[in-house]
Amino acid sequence: MAQFQKPGWLDNGLVRWVDHRLPIFTFVSHELYEYPTPRNLNYWWNFGSLAGIILVIMIVTGITLAMHYTPHTAMAFDSVERIMRDVNYGWLLRYIHMNGASMFFIVVYIHMFRGLYFGSYKAPREILWILGVVILLLMMATAFMGYVLPWGQMSFWGATVITNLFSAIPLVGDWIVTLLWGGFAVDNPTLNRFYSLHYLMPFVLVGVIVLHIWALHVHGSNNPIGIDTKGEQDVIPFHPYYTVKDMFGLGVFLVFFSLFIFFAPDYLGHPDNYIEANALATPAHIVPEWYFLPFYAILRAVPANFVGEWATAWMGLVFIEAKLAGVLAMFGSIAVLFVLPWLDRSPVRSSRFRPLYKWFFWIFLIDCLVLGYVGAKPAEGVYIAIGRVATIWYFAHFLVIIPLLAKFEKTKDLPKSISEPVLGGGGGSASAAASKPMEKV
Amino acid sequence: MNMIRTALVAGVVAVTASMTFSSANAAGDAPHAPEHHWSFSGLFGTYDRAALRRGFEVYNGVCAGCHSLRLVAYRNLMDIGFTEAEVKAIAADVDVPAEPNEEGEIEDRPGIPADKFKSPFANENAARASNGGALPPDLSLIIKARLNGSNYVNGLLTGYTDAPAGEEVPEGMYYNANFSGHLIAMAPPLSDEGVDYADKTKATVKQQAEDVVTFLTWAAQPELEERKRMGIKVILFLLLMTGLLYVLKRRIWADVH
Ligand code: HEC
Ligand code: HEM
Repeated sequence: MAQFQKPGWLDNGLVRWVDHRLPIFTFVSHELYEYPTPRNLNYWWNFGSLAGIILVIMIVTGITLAMHYTPHTAMAFDSVERIMRDVNYGWLLRYIHMNGASMFFIVVYIHMFRGLYFGSYKAPREILWILGVVILLLMMATAFMGYVLPWGQMSFWGATVITNLFSAIPLVGDWIVTLLWGGFAVDNPTLNRFYSLHYLMPFVLVGVIVLHIWALHVHGSNNPIGIDTKGEQDVIPFHPYYTVKDMFGLGVFLVFFSLFIFFAPDYLGHPDNYIEANALATPAHIVPEWYFLPFYAILRAVPANFVGEWATAWMGLVFIEAKLAGVLAMFGSIAVLFVLPWLDRSPVRSSRFRPLYKWFFWIFLIDCLVLGYVGAKPAEGVYIAIGRVATIWYFAHFLVIIPLLAKFEKTKDLPKSISEPVLGGGGGSASAAASKPMEKV
Repeated sequence: MNMIRTALVAGVVAVTASMTFSSANAAGDAPHAPEHHWSFSGLFGTYDRAALRRGFEVYNGVCAGCHSLRLVAYRNLMDIGFTEAEVKAIAADVDVPAEPNEEGEIEDRPGIPADKFKSPFANENAARASNGGALPPDLSLIIKARLNGSNYVNGLLTGYTDAPAGEEVPEGMYYNANFSGHLIAMAPPLSDEGVDYADKTKATVKQQAEDVVTFLTWAAQPELEERKRMGIKVILFLLLMTGLLYVLKRRIWADVH
């Protein structure tokens, strides 16, 4: 059986000398060799470490691209093409970085849905989950600004549409937009500040990820059956078990990633971004990158003046512009994730023991895909209706369904422990079966 | 077992998501470009060298009158089989402004291989003035700048037909079945025997269109061959490594299962 042993190299003289002064080796040993991990983690638990590796790939390729990139409206587009044509392996760097952004979102979205399915956001992992949502926000800001850098048509018009959203904020909106632009339109100052911030934010991300992992290592990973580990028999050391499993997962992922880099490098991008930015020619359809589409759909789902009329007529409130309502809905769709741990009061974590929640989870996943589909379509005809229904469902899932399920769902009996997952009757109510009830906040 | 289920779920989600995605970029209302099999498509595709050469002849003899190719340098032609002497001669055919001379005047000098392809017009206004107000776009990236670019441009070049009865074609516009809106300001650029191919291939419109599309695809993606070659090696290596890691994983986990 797996043993929790300190690694042999801790006895090396030099290692001990350093460790006595800076216990970095003890730290590594503690977090890797002695760190207990549930023995039953499935492959959905691979995606966190994958996300970390992609961040490293993004930083390395990004810094190298930055050596050749020129952040000026007159030269940015050509400098990217110079990277593609004249810099040694520049095309490879750029295609890795460009597709890497998409891979990052694929991996992180899977990582998050994993959390939703297995209830990983519940006590005692609320802060871990919240830090994850912060990471998502930072990633979005980073990717959005990165997409502006090549200064193609979608770069420019995407930047224009998204920065303009902030003007909907009452009182300070216009001031914020001017600050983002560094002037009165998206122009050279905008490109410069976006480049500066695009370089900065990945390192802020690194910082938040360190906190994320710190929080993780306090209570350890959740697991597919969602009950706490009860002792030695439920856990194995992270190294070598999960290091090798993560490496294998990385291999599979790199094959997938490589198919895009080498054989379909522009599949995930938009052709219009190979046309240089032109403030006088608006593209027929301005669409964001695919990973923003569900949020874009929510933004556009709020009917013009609906909230305004509703609010004025029924509540005598101040008039809220439809645009502001859309922006609020979009930010709300992420804000709601922050409070999810308190919306879901069901004591059972894993969907395996929540027969109803399980179904609603899948419906919610489909709902997000539908939102993505609608986000890619022009806001007209039937797409408006679908977008609205899907948006309402998105919020209802969190604000109505999840709280109600927590009250009324009859959960299945939980096993006694991870090492005896198959267990007959006797458990009684779910919360009673968990020998150590979840800590309450 | 677990892994198989995981892979299945992942597969289903990926397929749905990619369908969602494909619809994203197909949002435009351009007519569907006719499919064509290209020498450079597929995992192992490479550019047909003879087609590239003929395509250059078409670009140089026809399109270059209106369209620039500003991101490509004459020296790049050496990558697709032109000899150094040929490239020097092609470059020397154009005059470009030199550095200021000792009196500070700027004179013309013959082009050299390091120069980028010379643009037909000095600036956008000049280009528009000669084209009835329309702007012939730069062709360096045109294949990447249109959805399904190679098929699209091929369809465009061969898509000129008579307008359906009753449809009015304004002065200076031409009817093209494969252009969105069908009215384009570019006169049909290709005609049978419009160029004399050095290799004596019969210069039908269809032939010229295919050749110039091959050339323009190379102009947009000069790295394509190297990219695919490297991709095959990288993926084979990764598959091997991943296989070994799987075996290693099974062995390490043997005492847990
Ligand atoms: C007489 C000038 C002229 C010549 C020669 C010419 N073009 Fe054009 N081309 C134009 C103009 C003008 C436009 C812009 C049309 C418009 O916007 O309606 C254009 C547009 C295009 C477009 C863009 C269509 C789109 O989707 O927007 C492509 C591709 C193109 N030309 C390819 C070629 C190729 C390839 C050749 C050589 C075989 C060629 N052209 C020769 C004038 C020319
Ligand atoms: C969180 C990690 C990151 C994400 C998600 C991200 C995302 C992106 C995206 C979406 C683009 C546009 C792709 C394109 O069309 O070219 C881009 C471009 C760029 N990024 Fe990043 N990036 C990250 C990290 C970095 C870092 C750390 C640097 C440099 C320190 C960097 C430097 C650049 C540069 C120079 C470009 C422009 C060159 C180009 O267009 O390819 N990136 N980034």
